[in-house]
Amino acid sequence: MASSEILVELTGVGVERDGRWLVRGIDLQLRRGEIVTLIGPNGSGKSTTAKTAIGIIEPSVGRVVRTAGLRVGYVPQKLAIDWTMPLSVERLMTLTSRHSRQEIEAALASVGVSHLAQAEVQRLSGGEFQRALLARALIRRPDLLVLDEPVQGVDVAGEAALYDLIRSIRDRTGCGILLISHDLHVVMAATDTVICLNGHVCCRGTPESVASSERYWQLFGHRSSPALALYRHHHDHTHGDDGSVTALPDAASDAPCGCDAVHHREHEHRDAHGDHEERARGHA
Amino acid sequence: MRMATMRNGRAAMLDDFFVRALLAGIGVALTAGPLGCFVVWRKMAYLGDTMAHSALLGVALALLFNIQTTIGVFAIALVMSAILILLQRRATLATDALLGILAHSSLALGLVVVAFMTWVRVDLMGYLFGDILAVSRLDVGIIYGGGLLVIAALVWLWRPLLAATVDAELAAAEGLKPERARIVFMLLMALVIAIAMKIVGIVLITALLIIPAATARRLAATPEAMAGMAALLGAFAAAGGLFASLQFDTPSGPSIVVAALVLFLASLTPAASFAARSLRSMRPS
Repeated sequence: MASSEILVELTGVGVERDGRWLVRGIDLQLRRGEIVTLIGPNGSGKSTTAKTAIGIIEPSVGRVVRTAGLRVGYVPQKLAIDWTMPLSVERLMTLTSRHSRQEIEAALASVGVSHLAQAEVQRLSGGEFQRALLARALIRRPDLLVLDEPVQGVDVAGEAALYDLIRSIRDRTGCGILLISHDLHVVMAATDTVICLNGHVCCRGTPESVASSERYWQLFGHRSSPALALYRHHHDHTHGDDGSVTALPDAASDAPCGCDAVHHREHEHRDAHGDHEERARGHA
Repeated sequence: MRMATMRNGRAAMLDDFFVRALLAGIGVALTAGPLGCFVVWRKMAYLGDTMAHSALLGVALALLFNIQTTIGVFAIALVMSAILILLQRRATLATDALLGILAHSSLALGLVVVAFMTWVRVDLMGYLFGDILAVSRLDVGIIYGGGLLVIAALVWLWRPLLAATVDAELAAAEGLKPERARIVFMLLMALVIAIAMKIVGIVLITALLIIPAATARRLAATPEAMAGMAALLGAFAAAGGLFASLQFDTPSGPSIVVAALVLFLASLTPAASFAARSLRSMRPS
């Protein structure tokens, strides 16, 4: 699916803030038509990496090269729209660029929220808001679509549906997609490259498209969908609490890394706090 | 012959202090309304207040160096926002505390400097609460010149300003420059405070920015409609307040703010909710 045209390339990129390295030594290439998924625990630098790739953050070291005239569509992780601003879904579509009524209708229809055109964005549910934000990014006909945790706040059925939608966007428009997910083991099946971050690139690879594998069913029984796939980590190091990196002996290199512990902790957290409802859209 | 009479007639009209006051009040309100929407959306009411409080220091310095007070107030308001940005960078205090320090220490400093200047007589009450009935032709000119500048900048930079208000990173990612929008916003704020000071006074400027915008929120379906309605509601409050002050012999600046408050309270009534719903269901075709 991916063409040879490189949209954005990061070489040895590091970002330092207040004497602390948020990420370091990041190498990343994204081609037209390619889907790259960044995964990693909270605070591992996924958003920082994506923001550096599209120029919101300047790297402290390293090089970021974007193709000339690159048009970016960005779906941020959080968007707190103050209640004092009257903003309908329709008006949201032209927030950063001008578009005709037909374009607006087509963009809303393509993500299945045509019926919400006149709704105020502050009143949308998590899933509806995500789709509206996706439509807003798509209407710009981006070369590169950046999605920061798009399935956050979306229910289980909605997650697979949203991934299907994202894949169909890539298939239809041929744009490159940079996707961020905090789920360490389940990724979008259509992903071409998975990059696991934890302050640096821990490992990279392709998802196992093995909806039939036993491990998949054990883990996700009811969540199973062709849109989802497993990612098997192959780390050759562990992380100490102080952020230090220790090499693992060769024999252990194929074992799922310390990410597992983090992963389980996160799932407990999700269950305990009903994270799906927590989508921060800011009604304040 | 006829030309001369007309010119005389117009001159006579402007000679009337009340007509000048009316023109000035409406001009300031038309400008403050749209900018006030951004103040509300960006939650920057306290910044407006801080810039306004520093205005007396601007007046004092303007008198000291013998320059136009509007220019002195504008410059000091800019200095205040620059100081705020610097303090925020190396902050050990939260922004609201920093704003509190800047607002009240600059007001106190202004009062002290004015007290030292024994050689000029300063009408303190006029600066604190406005003296709209004393506006000169030059003041009216400054209000409309500055106001046009503010409106032109808002129209020109509307999309980046609005996008940066919704989300600065989103605006940056999609090629709009949120930093520039922020600087322009600060400049416009300083300008509006400088031209509004004469009308409602240092203490009440923020009211003229915020109350019409808050009133418009319930009636408007888009940010653009809210800005337009805030301008009209503000102008209405300015005219109403001035006529009321003439009628009841009340101070003009506070009367304008009270008129704005009455409009705001009216917008909270069930009748207004009904009107708002029908207004908002009207779609531009």
